[in-house]
Amino acid sequence: MIKPYKAIAIAAFTSGLSLVSASALARDTVNIVGSSTVYPFATVVAERFGRSTDFPTPKLESTGSGGGFKLFCAGIGTEHPDITNASRRMKSSEFEMCQRNGVEAITEVKIGADGIVIANSREAEQMDLSLRQVFLALAKDVPDPEGGDTLVANPYAKWSDIDTSLPRKDIRVMGPPPTSGTRDAFVEIAMEGGCKTFEFIKALEKKDMRGICHNMREDGAFIEAGENDNLIVQRLAQDKEMLGIFGYSFLMENSGEIQASTINGVGPTPDTIAAEQYPVARSLFFYIKNAHAGVVPGITEYAREFTSEGAWGDNGYLVDVGLIPNPRDVRMDTAKAVRKLKPMTGNEL
Amino acid sequence: MTDPGSQAELVRHSLRRRYRKERRFRFYGIAAIAVALFSLVILFTDIISKGYTGFIKTTVTLEVHLDGELMYLNDASDPDQIAMADFQAPIIKALQGYFPDAVSRADKRELSRMTGSYASNQVRDLLKENPGLLGSTRTIEFPAHDTVSVYVKHAGDPGYSIRLSEQQQRWTDELVRKGVIDNGFNDVFFSNGDSREPSNAGILGALVGSLLTMGITLVIAFPVGVAAAVYLEEFAPRNGFTDFIEVNINNLAAVPSVIFGLLGLAVFIGVFGMPRSVPVLGGLVLALMTLPTIIISSRAAIKSVPPSIREAAEGIGASKMQVVLHHVLPLAMPGMLTGSIIGMAQALGETAPLLLVGMVAFIVEIPDGFFSSATVLPVQIFIWAGSAEQGFVELASAGIMVLLAFLITMNAFAIWLRKRLERRW
Repeated sequence: MIKPYKAIAIAAFTSGLSLVSASALARDTVNIVGSSTVYPFATVVAERFGRSTDFPTPKLESTGSGGGFKLFCAGIGTEHPDITNASRRMKSSEFEMCQRNGVEAITEVKIGADGIVIANSREAEQMDLSLRQVFLALAKDVPDPEGGDTLVANPYAKWSDIDTSLPRKDIRVMGPPPTSGTRDAFVEIAMEGGCKTFEFIKALEKKDMRGICHNMREDGAFIEAGENDNLIVQRLAQDKEMLGIFGYSFLMENSGEIQASTINGVGPTPDTIAAEQYPVARSLFFYIKNAHAGVVPGITEYAREFTSEGAWGDNGYLVDVGLIPNPRDVRMDTAKAVRKLKPMTGNEL
Repeated sequence: MTDPGSQAELVRHSLRRRYRKERRFRFYGIAAIAVALFSLVILFTDIISKGYTGFIKTTVTLEVHLDGELMYLNDASDPDQIAMADFQAPIIKALQGYFPDAVSRADKRELSRMTGSYASNQVRDLLKENPGLLGSTRTIEFPAHDTVSVYVKHAGDPGYSIRLSEQQQRWTDELVRKGVIDNGFNDVFFSNGDSREPSNAGILGALVGSLLTMGITLVIAFPVGVAAAVYLEEFAPRNGFTDFIEVNINNLAAVPSVIFGLLGLAVFIGVFGMPRSVPVLGGLVLALMTLPTIIISSRAAIKSVPPSIREAAEGIGASKMQVVLHHVLPLAMPGMLTGSIIGMAQALGETAPLLLVGMVAFIVEIPDGFFSSATVLPVQIFIWAGSAEQGFVELASAGIMVLLAFLITMNAFAIWLRKRLERRW
């Protein structure tokens, strides 16, 4: 009859005990946070690293670039992550936040690039678009075509309505849903880039400007296709009128059926993306907390695996996952800097 | 004017209508059950039809000659040589035994994509553990590459697209005919943690993580919840303050779960400096989330114990504490367990609060304690469902089946416990 009471007492005691031992804990696994765009590359490296060395496989959390920096810059100590991935460069405000919290020495590693393409079927006419035209075709609200600094609901139905040089075809574009990193990047680079060509929008507060630029059409011209980029490719092959937005790696795999539109006159190729000539491209980075190297085992070794030719080189396994490698001389310099853990000065940002 | 004859007439007339009404009412009830059952059947058919292939793995069994010369290896116990050796070469060589024409660089590349990406690691680990095997010939079972596996399992299914080249398809057909490529029970799924390679990915890591997390949740939420309920119901004075507490507990039960994650982030990680992504942390957060459910159901269970039991016990001179511990608690225990199991089932399926405390992560190692990084079943399903590789579609559905099995086991245990406790009283 006393049993329930005893059980409660024991349970309460053990739970108290486990709480006490929670503090002060050494860590032997590298903790990585950051961008969901870099996540597929970093997980492949982490798993390879875990399988081919005696170090445990690093733990990866996909928190987004900004969330990653926030965690990374929170301080020194094993409760904070060792490496953060980012699909953009660290901002100087983030660098200062790091400095304030004692995260002084940080090594920056540029791992390569990622391009987003707007493509259609090879049997249709290849499009040549500017970012401004992309914005006008896909934004929910656009500047009044009659002139003036006011916004109206997007009136464009055909591409030729935007610019007479474009084909007389309905605007129908399939793209990724808001949960996707590709969508974030597309909205931030292409839509915002096109949007900022309007002076009065550029002059707005950042928040208001984003509200206008990041809002995609909801009247059926822009079709959310789900996370499956394969589906978009299949639809494009069937429907000649349709355009699709997806990551460069899918273009690469399906170049027999689809072709990419040139943007501002530049087509996506590994060279134009790596050189940042193609406008809808961005560099991918990761940042190492130097103070943790040597404390948490495996940090430098992981970074070396990432920066080895077998991984990020022209024929490395990351290319299979869709990474666009840096030019070889950039790779060589970066790999050298990684070996020495050369810290950032803050001036390069 | 009311005369009894017409009254009876009225009743007789309305009788048929009333019977009809009752029949209709019953029909609505049955229809409601049918709708629920129907959706359940659809759900299960969809999950099982999509997921059963997740329990099947495609393997490539090869006679591999562990040729030292081919691998640039003459001493397998030397770690430096191991690091520089080419363990893919003997696998390609073994495949070339079936396709002697495949000698060009491109062909070799395609051959190496027949087995999973970690096939060479398998050869390396074998040699590392048994350096004496160098030079011998071994039969090794490799997991097939994701694309080969999709082709073998799902060729012709419009839901899948075949990514193999025509040459590889021909090779695969040939190897299937020769029995080199075969399907078998997917034991990897039950013995591995997560992987980026569907053929190497398993649910065990998440299963152990869920078990550890749920353990912590139960150990904290149940005693605390029961103690709170007993005090509030049996000892606390009825005044404004206890009313205030009661209202707050009821409100807490309706708070969205992600709020508890924020709380965990701010308090457990921020103030107490607990490590991220560990089962203890997840368990604590989920315990806070389950606590109100347990308190409310425990209070209801205590209330339902008839007052006569309390009065009888008090009548023979039992103290208040004896009444509670010897009579009220054991009688209320089945009800408390039911409440706890509802709370635990809810916690088992939760991902939102765990996202904030870092348990939504890519974790390959199987957690070995309450303080090693872990993820839980619903998170694993979520991660797989969002992965690009086609092989993860079936794994996600298979993972759902494992989650449901876990849930049913947990419920069955609670029912068994309840039955036992009920029999004693």
